[in-house]
Amino acid sequence: MTTTVSTGPAAGGVPAPPTSGGDPVRGVNRLFAVRELGIGLALVLLIAITTVVNPRFLSGQSRKDLMLGATILVVLAVGQTIVIITRNVDLSVGSILGLAAFATGKLFLAVPGAPIAVALLAGIALGALCGIVNGALIAVARVPALVVTLGTLYVFRGLDFSWAAGQQINAADLPTNFKNMGTATVLTVPVLALFAVAVLLLAGFYLRSYRGGRELYAIGSDPAAARLHGIPVGRRVFGALVVSGALAGLAGVLYAARFGTLDAAAGTGIELQVVAAVVVGGVAIFGGSGSVYGAALGALLLSTIGGALPVLRVAPFWQQTVVGALILAAIGLDRALAARVARRLRGRKARDA
Amino acid sequence: MTPDQTGRSGGRLSALGSWDVVVIVVLIAVIIGSSVLVEGFASPRFWGFLLLDVFPIALIALPMTLVVITGEIDLSVASVLGLSSAVMGQLWFLGLPLPLILPLVVLLGALLGAVNGLFVAGFGLPSLAVTIGTLALYRGLAYVVLGDRAVADFPFDWTGNAIAALPGTTVPWVSLVVGGLALAFGLVLHATPVGRSLYAMGNSDQAAVFAGISVARTKFWLFVLTGAVSALAGLFWTLRYASARADNGSGLELSVVAAVLLGGVSIFGGRGTLVGVVAGVLLLTTLRNALQLADVPADTLTVVTGTLLIISVVGPNLAGMLRARLRRRRPRASPVAG
Repeated sequence: MTTTVSTGPAAGGVPAPPTSGGDPVRGVNRLFAVRELGIGLALVLLIAITTVVNPRFLSGQSRKDLMLGATILVVLAVGQTIVIITRNVDLSVGSILGLAAFATGKLFLAVPGAPIAVALLAGIALGALCGIVNGALIAVARVPALVVTLGTLYVFRGLDFSWAAGQQINAADLPTNFKNMGTATVLTVPVLALFAVAVLLLAGFYLRSYRGGRELYAIGSDPAAARLHGIPVGRRVFGALVVSGALAGLAGVLYAARFGTLDAAAGTGIELQVVAAVVVGGVAIFGGSGSVYGAALGALLLSTIGGALPVLRVAPFWQQTVVGALILAAIGLDRALAARVARRLRGRKARDA
Repeated sequence: MTPDQTGRSGGRLSALGSWDVVVIVVLIAVIIGSSVLVEGFASPRFWGFLLLDVFPIALIALPMTLVVITGEIDLSVASVLGLSSAVMGQLWFLGLPLPLILPLVVLLGALLGAVNGLFVAGFGLPSLAVTIGTLALYRGLAYVVLGDRAVADFPFDWTGNAIAALPGTTVPWVSLVVGGLALAFGLVLHATPVGRSLYAMGNSDQAAVFAGISVARTKFWLFVLTGAVSALAGLFWTLRYASARADNGSGLELSVVAAVLLGGVSIFGGRGTLVGVVAGVLLLTTLRNALQLADVPADTLTVVTGTLLIISVVGPNLAGMLRARLRRRRPRASPVAG
């Protein structure tokens, strides 16, 4: 890392758009790269050790399970990153996922021959609708996202339960081609995982290369300054919540395709895992910095831990403990990096004077 | 965590003071309405059970109020409750006497809180992220300690006494403990310099430091206190249900935060009263229990909880905006009237 890091988001500034070129950009990229490299290394190490202990860990079916397990978490983590970058948070994603998953089942019960695309669109639309409720309450009534989405976490889940009324939809009720999508692979990669990759690349590209995406970082770095710069803060935050809801809806359809058995409890409590993945992935909880790629790596790491512990003959009870320790380590590392940046800044100022 | 923090505090400021009154009035309305409409609600026996439901949330809500007023949050409380319960069960399983276990577990809670405090106040890390971390960590440790076993062979002397009523009434004697603690917390928050310094911190950490308040140390001890009280709630929980389990109190942190915010405490700190929070806890629990008694399905209760929480933040804000709009109109009207 060079001193050019100082213009990066970790220093609290508004990051320059990557298209402008020059040193600051390389600094920003390098800072992200360092974080992502660290998580990537941890992931590789975990997989390597587990594979040495049991070579079947990376065999066909097991690898497929790993990727499928990560898919839903990655899709949710991408949406959550977009929201957290703006200094907000969306705690209602687990409830939206549950609602969309059950709706998918209901759709196929009502219209047995419905095309998959219709199910996907319906799920995304339902999720976006929930996101609109969140976004409207946050942006229009100007209330904190933490409280609003904590409220809608209850509301959406309650609606889900009263809609389901104890009903459970079984795999037998779902059309064969939909279930096939849940198990099909393209060149050994599960089809569902391709959805996650597509979402990841699209979001990553938008956040990096579009004005709207850069403005999200600016809002998270300093909402008041962003407003003064003429950035439509309310509209952008609204949009971020709608996208997060839509992705949670998509995750719900993928959940239905993967598990086949659906009740109203699907995805209960997953919001904390998602926030954990995002934080471990280097996205600052108070906005303004981080990337969807880091968040996706964080999600991959968390879900791989879940798969690796039994193979390593560690009691599954340790999983949450490890996840908690990881979160603390990740935010501690963030702090250390920020302190280093601040020190460099001070040093340069002293030299300039 | 809002797109516009400044615009919001104005709304809350103008509603300050009146929000407690609103919650209390709604609480009384719910009590009267339920007594008339719901059969069995007015019975003293039911109120005894209701209070037992109130205690864990009320206990944890007391220190949580102080924490949120300083602008921080502690999401690990339910995990501290669970780990305390698990440790209590394991120690009893190993043959330690309960009079020794109880103080040990409260001490453990204080230690767990100290870990939170160290990360938040010592290293200056965001409490939201830290306590999401320890939420997972402590719950995980609870499973490591007790697995998916349940320890349930506590002596009836203890489990029965934990829920025993005051002689001649249906009011559980624990009410005295919770009530006493609520009074103590209320006095500290509203009648001492320490309490005033908490509000100062919530409004601005930096200003508080300049005013000579040791922000880091105060926050550290607040987290220690929250841990100890959460462990106390864990002891009560375990004895009440006569079952020590690693998953005891799962998800309770959301109910506590919901009750505190419903009671009028601002998530950004600096505003809120303990009277409001106690009323908020009672309102949330009474409403849920009344609806349950009226055979309203549990899913509707979940919707009610969430809606109440949203109204509690949206309501004062919209009222504030409306009032500001009316005030802006008034000067134009007054020359005509005068």
